[in-house]
Amino acid sequence: MALIAFGLIAAVVILSALFVIAARNPVHSVLWLILAFFSSAGLMVLIGAEFLAMLLIVVYVGAVAVLFLFVVMMLDVDFVELKQGSLGYWPFALLIGVILVAELALVWSASGSLNFDAFDPSPGAETNTEAIGAVMYTQYLLLFQLAGMILLVAMIGAIVLTLRHRPNVKRQNVSAQTGRRRADATELKDPAPGQGI
Amino acid sequence: MSNAIESLGSLWGPLLVLGQIGLFTLVLLLSIAFLLLLDRKIWAGVMMRKGPNVVGPFGLLQSFADFGKFLLKEIVIPAGANKFVFIFAPILTCTLAFAAWAAIPVAPGIEDGTSWVISDLNVGVLYLFAISSLGVYGIIMGGWASNSKYPFLGALRSAAQMVSYEVSIGFVIITVILLVGSMNLSDIVNNQAGGLQNWHAFSFQNFPLIVVMFPMFVIFFISALAETNRPPFDLPEAESELVAGYQVEYGSTPYLLFMLGEYLNIVLMCAMMTILFLGGWHGPVAIGANAAGAMPPLLLSLAGLFWFMLKILFLFFLFAMVKAIVPRYRYDQLMRLGWKIFLPTSLAAVLVVAGYVTYFGVQS
Repeated sequence: MALIAFGLIAAVVILSALFVIAARNPVHSVLWLILAFFSSAGLMVLIGAEFLAMLLIVVYVGAVAVLFLFVVMMLDVDFVELKQGSLGYWPFALLIGVILVAELALVWSASGSLNFDAFDPSPGAETNTEAIGAVMYTQYLLLFQLAGMILLVAMIGAIVLTLRHRPNVKRQNVSAQTGRRRADATELKDPAPGQGI
Repeated sequence: MSNAIESLGSLWGPLLVLGQIGLFTLVLLLSIAFLLLLDRKIWAGVMMRKGPNVVGPFGLLQSFADFGKFLLKEIVIPAGANKFVFIFAPILTCTLAFAAWAAIPVAPGIEDGTSWVISDLNVGVLYLFAISSLGVYGIIMGGWASNSKYPFLGALRSAAQMVSYEVSIGFVIITVILLVGSMNLSDIVNNQAGGLQNWHAFSFQNFPLIVVMFPMFVIFFISALAETNRPPFDLPEAESELVAGYQVEYGSTPYLLFMLGEYLNIVLMCAMMTILFLGGWHGPVAIGANAAGAMPPLLLSLAGLFWFMLKILFLFFLFAMVKAIVPRYRYDQLMRLGWKIFLPTSLAAVLVVAGYVTYFGVQS
C-alpha cells in the first residue's frame, strides 16, 4: 500500500517538475511548481515526517509560491521571447546535470546500502515535531538563532534599500482621526441677516 | 457485524474511511444549505425584511431551489479566459474546504481517549492552518484566469489580505499550542474538559492568562473574518467598487462551487475557534465522573456532538451579525489593522504565554 502511494506521488512530483520547465505560460509553470511542492509534502507524510510536510505546505505553498504567482502575474513576462536563445546554453546545462548526477551517485555509493525500512523520522521522541524541536533547540540552538538573525538583517536591509522618504506626502494620523470630536471639528455661527460672517 | 468485518479483511479500513468521508460530506452539504438560509434570514432580520420565505415553509427549501437553478444554468466561459484554470479554480476552492474537515474531531469516541474524526493527526492544527492557507489559490487562479480587470484586482486584494491575516492567526494558534503542549486537536479539546472555566478563551486554570487568551480569541475571530473574505473585510468582492471581484465572470456550477467553498470555510473557521478556544465538544458545565459513568457511552458522544454543533452555530450567528451590522473597511485600514495592531499584539501574547508556561507551568 505504502509502495503504491509512494510510486504515485513520486511520479506526480517528477512529472509536475518536468512541466514547470516545459510549460509555455509562466503562470502555468508556477502552478505546476505548487503541485510539485504539494506532492513532496505527501512524500514526507509517507515516511512519517508530518511536521516537515505541514511546514513545507505552510511556508512554501502558502506563502512563497503565492508571492511567485503574484510577481509572475504582474510582470507579464514573454517566455517565448526569453526562450529564443536558450538552445545555446545546452552545453552548460549538460555540465550542471552531469555534476548533479555524479554527486548523487557519490552519496549513494558512500552511504552503502540505504535501508529505508530502518528509517526513523522521530529518533528519541514520540512524535516528529518533538524530535525536531529537541534537536533544534539543544544541539543546534546557536545555529538556529544565527539563522534567525541573518533573516532579520536581510529583512531590515531590504526595507532600508527600498524606503524613500518623499516630501509632500500626506500621511494619516489614525489616533488623531479617531480622537476627533464634534466640538473640535465644527463651529456654530449665528450670522445676523444681511451681514454674513 | 464482526463476521462481516473479518470477511472484508484488509479492505475494511479503507471502506470505513470512505464511509466516514461520505457521511461528513453529506452532513456538511445539508448543514451548509440551511446555514446559508440562516445567514440570509439574519441579514434580513437586521434590516427588518422577511428574507427568503416563498420556497417551502418559512423558506426552508430556498437553498435547494437555488442549488437546482445553479446546476441547470449554462456555464459561460469568457473569451480569452484560460479555460483549464478558470474551471479548476472553483473546484480547488471547494475541494480544499472539504479536505480540511478530515482532521476536525466532532465528538468524544465511545471508547476512552478516542474521538469521532476521520484522521486523528498529530499535527492537526498545522494541517488546518496549511489547508486554510491554500484557500487563497482558488481566488487568485479564478481572478487571473477570467482575463478581466475587476476579477484580477479582486484576486490581488484577496492574496495580500489572506497572507497578512494568516500571520496573526498563526501566532494566536501558537499561544493555544503552548498551553496544551500538543498539536493534536483531540488533545487540545481534552485539555479544556471540566466546564466553562477551563475553556482556553477564559482559561481560569491558568488564571492571569485570561488577560491574554480572551483578546487572542477576539483577534482570531476578526482574523477569521478577514481570512474568509467576510464583511467587513470582503474587499476582494466589494460590490460597490469591484462589482463582485474575482467572481464577476463566474456563473452556474462554478459559481456554486465558489459559494460552497466560501461557506464551508466559514463553518471550518467556526469549528477551529470552537476547538481552540471554546472547549470543542465539552459542555459549559462539567458532569461528574459518576454520572458520566452511569450514562451509555453513545449518549455521551451524541451530547458532545450536540455541544460542538451548538457552539459552531453560535459562532456562525456572530459571523452573520457582523455581516449585517458592520460597514466595510477601507483597504489601507485593513492592512493597518493586520500588520500594525494584530501582529505585534499576538507576538507579545506568544511571549507572555511562553514565559508563563516556562516559569509557572500549566495547570490542566
